[in-house]
Amino acid sequence: MSIILDKVNYTYSAGTAYEIQALKNINLKMEDGQFIGIIGHTGSGKSTLIQHLNGLMKATSGTIYYNGEDIYAEDYDLRQLRSKVGLVFQYPEHQLFETTIFDDVCYGPKNQGLTKEEAGLRAFEALKSVGLKEELYYQSPFDLSGGQKRRVAIAGVLAMRPEVLILDEPTAGLDPKGRDEILNLVSAMHKERKITIVLVSHSMEDVAQYVERIIVMNHGEMIFDDAPHEVFKHYKELEKIGLAAPQVTYLMHELSENGLPVDVNATTVSEAKDEILKALGRKVC
Amino acid sequence: MLKDITLGQYYPADSILHKLDPRVKLFGTMIYIISLFSFRGIPAFVLATIFLISIIRISKVPFSYMVKGLKSIVVLMIITGIFNLFLTQGEVLVQIWVFKITYEGIKNAVLMVVRLIYLIIGTSLMTLTTTPNQLTDGLEKALMPLEKIKLPVHEIAMMMSIALRFIPILVEETDKIMKAQMARGADFESGNIIKKAKAMIPLLVPLFVSAFRRANDLAMAMEARCYHGGHGRTKMKPLAYGVADRKAYVVLVVYFVLMLVLRFVWVRFVG
Ligand SMILES: Nc1ncnc2c1ncn2[C@@H]1O[C@H](COP(=O)(O)OP(=O)(O)OP(=O)(O)O)[C@@H](O)[C@H]1O
Ligand SMILES: [Mg+2]
Repeated sequence: MSIILDKVNYTYSAGTAYEIQALKNINLKMEDGQFIGIIGHTGSGKSTLIQHLNGLMKATSGTIYYNGEDIYAEDYDLRQLRSKVGLVFQYPEHQLFETTIFDDVCYGPKNQGLTKEEAGLRAFEALKSVGLKEELYYQSPFDLSGGQKRRVAIAGVLAMRPEVLILDEPTAGLDPKGRDEILNLVSAMHKERKITIVLVSHSMEDVAQYVERIIVMNHGEMIFDDAPHEVFKHYKELEKIGLAAPQVTYLMHELSENGLPVDVNATTVSEAKDEILKALGRKVC
Repeated sequence: MLKDITLGQYYPADSILHKLDPRVKLFGTMIYIISLFSFRGIPAFVLATIFLISIIRISKVPFSYMVKGLKSIVVLMIITGIFNLFLTQGEVLVQIWVFKITYEGIKNAVLMVVRLIYLIIGTSLMTLTTTPNQLTDGLEKALMPLEKIKLPVHEIAMMMSIALRFIPILVEETDKIMKAQMARGADFESGNIIKKAKAMIPLLVPLFVSAFRRANDLAMAMEARCYHGGHGRTKMKPLAYGVADRKAYVVLVVYFVLMLVLRFVWVRFVG
């Protein structure tokens, strides 16, 4: 069970004056149950890449396999694929359309062919898991705040019970609290349901403490694909392409250069705290 | 999906035609259209062809781009051709049942189709070499004298440029929303008309919401920058005629006079 990309290329407006090659020879394997972060500067091809994963965009060349099946095969059911690979777009709140929040979340399950009751059940469950207050369920989605709208939109995809959940910058435009809530939600989903999660972001800080694997994109190319602390070792290269390692990485490197024997691979604040205390010879509390 | 729409299909290139003042190009297109629909006889036709070919050459726009514009009117061309072929009275060449093909019919059909092709190529040459913004700028300046009769020229031009600016934005937005709903299992293609119309709701509602939101934002942004209509407003890059523009006007006038002379001579001596 996995998604495999084999030499995938994609060119926008091919054959015109505005030709842009947005993906260049991407080879990738996403295993089941992984929590993957895709990071890259604006315009590096992140959104383009993930829209290939559920067949919304067709690669100019190359093949994609979902669970061993070629998704570009003649008889492959792309709608089936889309219900297994759930994709939450950038600013997903712009896709809401129903009169009530509940109906909007039911839209996906209904398209999957479920009955009204089943769809309602799924919607209820999904709204609950994104932490929206019950008294809001039958209100218009257009009256919610930005962060709440986003939760509803995420619930709309969750209600389809995807095997893989892809989120394109789910925290864009949210305040720190809203950001943490969404990220914690996603992380909890990964732990509880054991589904594969792909999180797109352009902030290392955001993903560092959640994901187990980071894919770094630059100008349509995949330049790193490794565990977070391995990727952060290249923090100088990351800076060159307009990204930065988490601040903790810088701190640890500086401490170790100045003679404090700490492990530079710590990526989160709490790991760093433990490391520093250990190096200072105090008990870890 | 929607990227095939070629409205405002500007083709960036470095040619004399691209650099001309939009007013010259507007005037030229007008002259060219008038000449197309008033010419008579082979010599005038040849002249119009030479004129068109040289403009195409000068523009540095690949010919395939102009052909693209033609595709959209193939049906219109066929209908025009057929009507002219069968419905023109004159010397009967072939008769099938009640349908008569006349010598004049063939002549008219060919002429009309050629005119249509030339018309489309000519006008798309203008839109291919002029950005929509330049075009509205040109139009605004050219229509300025009409302010005297209280026509809100500036406001009309502003509305036009905003509308033009919004086309690609809304196309992109439609594409995005369509994809987002497809990711939720929407199916825009299959089913009967009623089902298809119903499937449009999840697309149209967000699209309208977003159009209103954008309109609101833009109005607010204009307000914040103290926009108050055209009165006393100056331009950052005012349109001014250069040497090339004057030369172009001369070429256009010469072309038009030649066409008129050819028409006159043809009517007088050939009939
Ligand atoms: N619809 C489109 N038509 C033409 N070019 C496009 C289109 N969408 C994206 N591009 C181009 O493809 C490249 C990759 O875009 P993409 O949206 O995948 O970037 P991204 O990494 O998601 O950026 P961001 O962080 O801003 O969302 C960019 O250079 C962009 O200009
Ligand atoms: Mg993006």
